[in-house]
Amino acid sequence: MSGLAAEMTAKALKMGIPLSVQLDLTYRCNERCVHCYLDHHDHGEMTTTEIKDLLDQMAEAGVFYLTLSGGEILMRRDFFEILEHARARTFCVKLKTNGVLLREAEAERVRALGVESVQISVYSHRPEVHDAITKMPGSLRQSIEAARLLRRHGLHVVLSNVLMVHNVRDYHGVKALAAELGAQFLMDPTITPMMDGDRSILALNVDEAALREVFRNEEVAGNVEEFCAPPRSFDEEDLDMLPCSAGHTACYVSPYGDVYPCVQFPLPSGNVRRTKFADIWRDSPQLKEVRSITLGDMPTCSRCTHGKTCTRCPGLAFMEGNMRGPSHQDCEKSYARTGIACENLQAKKAARQPLPSGPLVQIQIWQPAPCTMPANAPDSHGVDAGLR
Amino acid sequence: MTRPRYVARSTAIAARALGEETMVMSATNSMLFTLDEIASVIWESADGVTPLEQIVADKICTQYDVTLDVALQDAEALVKGLAEHGILLLSDEPLAFSGRSHKETP
Repeated sequence: MSGLAAEMTAKALKMGIPLSVQLDLTYRCNERCVHCYLDHHDHGEMTTTEIKDLLDQMAEAGVFYLTLSGGEILMRRDFFEILEHARARTFCVKLKTNGVLLREAEAERVRALGVESVQISVYSHRPEVHDAITKMPGSLRQSIEAARLLRRHGLHVVLSNVLMVHNVRDYHGVKALAAELGAQFLMDPTITPMMDGDRSILALNVDEAALREVFRNEEVAGNVEEFCAPPRSFDEEDLDMLPCSAGHTACYVSPYGDVYPCVQFPLPSGNVRRTKFADIWRDSPQLKEVRSITLGDMPTCSRCTHGKTCTRCPGLAFMEGNMRGPSHQDCEKSYARTGIACENLQAKKAARQPLPSGPLVQIQIWQPAPCTMPANAPDSHGVDAGLR
Repeated sequence: MTRPRYVARSTAIAARALGEETMVMSATNSMLFTLDEIASVIWESADGVTPLEQIVADKICTQYDVTLDVALQDAEALVKGLAEHGILLLSDEPLAFSGRSHKETP
């Protein structure tokens, strides 16, 4: 974040303004990605009128950065009507899409409406890998074509590469593809649980050895010495600090109007169909609780020798059962970066406590017993098809 | 006597008031600006049809202890700078197209 943006965020924090919101317009999608955390059925999305009204409320509340995501945003027939309304309300709009439905006319409209950036998910530079992850033949070709079109129209394009067991060797190729397209490359090494709490897809996370290799790659990590530096614990004065922006200057709204601290922090905090956005933001007991937590309130992490250098996500911690507790996935990432296991990780391993994800879960995914397979877990045929 | 100058907010921007300041981002290059309290007054008043001199006289000189000449000189420098970055449109004629703020109906 630039100095000025950080300054504005600090000011928004002080004033209690939700500077940044991700609004998912739909959970419907034309792809069926193996790692997706969403239920793609439509359970009653907000109407065009409801979304426009929400945008008005959010502008009034001070929201500046608006990320429109999904699902696939272009699955909504009213997408451009919504986007036009958002831009008329002068939001800084970022789009997340797979680009499959994007053609010349859509690219031109996105450009004309002054969108800040478009993020396209690309899992691999190889169709056989990408298309097996999305379970949609031809999807890589279409996503790349969309990125080219958008670049041709002068838009800022970001290729987002979610790292998982299927594509662990392909990030070099995606990075090279991004360079060729003149796009930014963004890697996310974390598969998160499903919104309904189902943790089975965590088995798709890459293992510690692979993560360590990625974190030691200068192309991805930048300054490796700095990125993988030995862990540091919090100083006393750090303990009054806040864990992250979720619920403080940022929040997430689902297609059904549910408000959460973050897309990765599924703590229901209100619904804009029943309560005004600003009232939820200001008065929701759940958001107030999230805001009340300082680093010093986290019994394990505040004393952890990795505290200062850890990327702990409060949302992931919440999904593990305690928003004040550690996020095991981040403990593992810190281990992969530094080569030193934190106390929480050591204790879990010593106690041989079942981990939130692990080989047993992985076996359950790949060779499921029909009666125990989660309803929306990836089916093994689709995944196996292109990856062997 | 100089000809009146007209200013309008570009539509190729994102903007939001943050307290008495205004955050403005250029949609063409994502450059972020913050306008202070006085610049924010000019920004909000930049409707393309009100001359800059009138904006300064009505909105600045009535609120702050400053002469019209001094305030106008500062305002001219400000709008010229913002126009160079494409976030404000500057013209010697009223601008048929006027920019929008989040307070206006599209």
